[in-house]
Amino acid sequence: MTLREIKELLDAEVLVGHDQLDKEIKTAFGADLMSDVLAFAKAGSLLLTGLTNPQVIRTSDVLDIAAIIMVRGKRPSPETLRLAEELLIPVLTTKYILFETAGKLYAKGIVGCMERVDDERAFT
Amino acid sequence: MAAWKGLTTNVLSHEPAIYENSFPVEGGTYENAGHVSSQIKALLKGMKISKEVVRRAALVTYESEINICSYARSGKIVLQVTPEHVTIEAIDEGQGIVDIELAMQEGYSTATDRIREMGFGAGMGLCNIKNFSDFFRITSEIGKGTHLKMVIRIDKDFDGI
Repeated sequence: MTLREIKELLDAEVLVGHDQLDKEIKTAFGADLMSDVLAFAKAGSLLLTGLTNPQVIRTSDVLDIAAIIMVRGKRPSPETLRLAEELLIPVLTTKYILFETAGKLYAKGIVGCMERVDDERAFT
Repeated sequence: MAAWKGLTTNVLSHEPAIYENSFPVEGGTYENAGHVSSQIKALLKGMKISKEVVRRAALVTYESEINICSYARSGKIVLQVTPEHVTIEAIDEGQGIVDIELAMQEGYSTATDRIREMGFGAGMGLCNIKNFSDFFRITSEIGKGTHLKMVIRIDKDFDGI
């Protein structure tokens, strides 16, 4: 799915990255704990989160996250948005809750960046 | 007090570094937290090192940087790159760690609410650092500070000795 299709599906607003909507997305990871995102999320995945502080952007930069979807209608601070613009990481916000967001994406073929934490060596 | 993973000797003492740089990290504030990690990641990306090595190096740097911002007065990250490996050292002046074994346990944390608000402080930082490094060493002195050393292999055959 492209980020543009994801935006339509989630009735999301694009806050950063209007020029990156053609990006192709295949996998996703959802969490509010950045240490878990660091441990498990894979490069090129979509990050679903309810956190909005600048560390979400830093974490995404470290992992080469393709784009961030802020769920539950969360809106990041100007500081967070500035950092996302600087590091060229798309940020979208949707009013759907995390569960619904994940379900809608899964139904369209987006899968988790891993199925279980023990189904492969998680730490690679 | 020291805890080692993977080896018991200094792996790097006899090898010439091809790149070395030190980056100061401000303690007690999150204003620039992650800035050094982004810088180091960009540097490594420009060195034709595999994406996986760059990602792991950035990850352990980032968790270390968050630790310095969270717990120390001040600190620095020292990056060293040779054809065989990337070494990252996080050296801080701060309170130190009372019980390293306990601090290494997943889920154990002394984090404040402020740290938790940022999405950290769940007792995973040091575990992540250890798990994403090929070699990891931690030493700490109470009231003085903590020293982490992480080595990530570029050359798969490099055994650290």
